[in-house]
Amino acid sequence: MSKVSNILIAGVGGQGILLASEVLSEVLMNQGFDVKKSEIHGMSQRGGSVISHVRYGERVYAPIIPEGEADLLFGFELLETARYLPMLRKGGTVLSNNLRIFPPEVLLGKQPYPEGLEEAIAAQVDRFSVVDGLGLAQKAGDGRTVNTVLLGALSRQLPYEKDCWLEVLKKRVPAKALEANLEAFDLGCQSVD
Amino acid sequence: MKKCLLSGNEAIARGAHEAGVKLASAYPGTPSTEILENITQYKEIDASWAPNEKVALEVGIGATFGGARALVTMKHVGVNVAADPLFSFAYAGVRGGLVLVTADDPELHSSQNEQDNRHYARFAKVPMLEPSDSQEAKDFTRLGFEISEKFDMPVMLRTTTRISHSKSIVTLEEPVTGLPETSLKRDPAKLVMLPGNARRRHPIVEENLVKLGEWSSDQPFNRVEEGEGTLGVITSGISYQYAREVYPDAPLLKIGLVHPLPTRLIEEFAARFDKIVVIEELDPYIEDQVKAMGIDCVGKDKIPLCGELTPGRLANALEMPSETESQAPLNRDLPNRPPNMCPGCPHRGVFMELSRAGAFVTGDIGCYTLGFMPPLNAMDTCICMGASIGNATGLSKVLPEEERNKVVGVIGDSTFLHTGINGLMDMVYNKGVATVVILDNRITAMTGRQDNPASGWTLQDERTFEVDMAALCRAVGVKHVVEVDPYDLSATRKAILEEMSRDEASVVIAERPCMLMKRDIIESRPPLYVKTDDCTGCKACLKTGCPAIEWDAEAGKKGQARVTGHLCVGCGFCRQTCKFDAIGSTDE
Ligand SMILES: Cc1ncc(C[n+]2csc(CCOP(=O)(O)OP(=O)(O)O)c2C)c(N)n1
Repeated sequence: MSKVSNILIAGVGGQGILLASEVLSEVLMNQGFDVKKSEIHGMSQRGGSVISHVRYGERVYAPIIPEGEADLLFGFELLETARYLPMLRKGGTVLSNNLRIFPPEVLLGKQPYPEGLEEAIAAQVDRFSVVDGLGLAQKAGDGRTVNTVLLGALSRQLPYEKDCWLEVLKKRVPAKALEANLEAFDLGCQSVD
Repeated sequence: MKKCLLSGNEAIARGAHEAGVKLASAYPGTPSTEILENITQYKEIDASWAPNEKVALEVGIGATFGGARALVTMKHVGVNVAADPLFSFAYAGVRGGLVLVTADDPELHSSQNEQDNRHYARFAKVPMLEPSDSQEAKDFTRLGFEISEKFDMPVMLRTTTRISHSKSIVTLEEPVTGLPETSLKRDPAKLVMLPGNARRRHPIVEENLVKLGEWSSDQPFNRVEEGEGTLGVITSGISYQYAREVYPDAPLLKIGLVHPLPTRLIEEFAARFDKIVVIEELDPYIEDQVKAMGIDCVGKDKIPLCGELTPGRLANALEMPSETESQAPLNRDLPNRPPNMCPGCPHRGVFMELSRAGAFVTGDIGCYTLGFMPPLNAMDTCICMGASIGNATGLSKVLPEEERNKVVGVIGDSTFLHTGINGLMDMVYNKGVATVVILDNRITAMTGRQDNPASGWTLQDERTFEVDMAALCRAVGVKHVVEVDPYDLSATRKAILEEMSRDEASVVIAERPCMLMKRDIIESRPPLYVKTDDCTGCKACLKTGCPAIEWDAEAGKKGQARVTGHLCVGCGFCRQTCKFDAIGSTDE
């Protein structure tokens, strides 16, 4: 059987993870791959931890990534990136937003938000990039374009032309927000090497 | 033909459109909800939210009796509510086809149990199809209508969360044409389920099931995939995908119609192999029947009974773990991130006051079930939709006098209209003395903000009658019905304490729209902030459990609270709990 590739997206309910995985899946489908993606709706949307599995290849069976076989972990929030590290295979890549969102126990002062997560992840995985999603979104002129910045950064991890991404993005972004989103995508692209 | 990436739920909606469905009815419930939400794009279908699943099915049955094809959808536990019409409808049979979707939730991602609804098919004597991906979700929906009409039976289509909420590629087809026109047609011997008629219908149902099982052994939706080796795999639904991850090349019987099982096909398949493995999620539904046919097989002796399967869990159970080496967990304490009520959620005020009043809260199902979580910790029971009121009545009847008045049932508007109203009728009729708080946020929030009979809008976004909750409570005999704004904590406190102290049934309606209301009726309020000169670090505001307030241990003398401006919606709960006037509004 030919190889199936796996991307796991992790973040916090309300961050727009489902939209990002939608764009990614459509880009992959347009490349001619069999694509499956899976996530949980409902309860977890209320600020809980959320993941979306995206799998593609010649023929994909399970819609969820086998444990420890993600090739790329794409995190929208640092703690969530850290939480799903065991889903990544040895030698896999981590791309994460640098945002920190405090979970309830941290808000209440009962537990600290773990310090030094970036360093700890970097010490453990070979390929790790951090993106300043909000900073770049604001630079693009609209703080709400964080997801587009992150997708720009993601696009650098995959071997498809920029136009493949823009074609899908343009269909999903309202006309008046297009300019900021295109700028955000570019800044995201440039933020990783 | 056009290819799209569709979720299982979107594919079922598309399948209904292609099958010429005229009417669709449902009550929301994860993971089924998006089927009806998506069906609204097909304007020829009369799609609506019913107040509960029983009504949804009864509406569907009416449509088929008029000769139309009808789709009815619900989550697994919804079928418990709709079971009464289902079992007798199975005897009557259909005129236009009817497909009932049951969306099961192995792993309880968003449910109160993980019942395996394949048993309903056998129990109710209704055929059941089980798709393995979105393409099949669409195709089996169409097929369901054909089987329903061919064999004169309602057909169940069972999905699970990983079918309903996974997307895969679907090839679309054109809708069927030439379906019969709807009309009135009397057929009392078939449609009036009195003992005499039902007694005659039962053997017909049994005969039809035998015929269907015989026919289905030769149909393409039950298929053998040839392969290598002496081990044969039998599977269905989502488990097929996991089976293929573990045994990519094994010979495999994939069952599409799980009731009645294609016994001839199973016998022929099993006879060819030394060993048979039945791979299925949750109960040994196929396994038990295969064993009853005298075929030995591996199944639940190895494969877990509880929770959903994953490629890893299945591989481990079958002692075939993956060769890929995974990352170790990070050597850190990672705080959990459970779901939380939104900033500005009106439910928060009610739970703060119930907690303060020391109430014993019989809970119910909805966003407000999150009142269970710390720091509110204000829910003591939760069983199923509508149970809060009956539970409160029962408790109030058996408790000693000094404890009786502590009992308060809380229930959301959608849940109250679903099955809570019957409980309230009982409480009054049979002289229960508990208090009921209706958390009326004008929407079915938990499942993604669907309209309901109290919201004044239909699924099609048309204006409609809006149930008057207070008048409804009075109509069943509640004498004390108080309406409060839960954003006003002292008024809410007063109402709750006053009604709790009464020795009769009483109702508090806490009315304030959901913060996430899609319609533009939420007044916008400026965000609040903590006055660093005045905050003493008493932590009272943290007890609201609002995600927009955080504790800064470094600030002030012993730490201070801080409001995260972009999350705060200015609801003012924290401000009302602050004894030091240390929370201000940014517009003052
Ligand atoms: C029998 C049954 N049907 C559907 C559901 C799914 N469900 C859970 S809570 C809920 C309704 C919640 O609405 P409401 O009572 O208005 O409370 P809110 O979430 O708005 O606070 C639904 C439909 C269920 N758990 N059980």
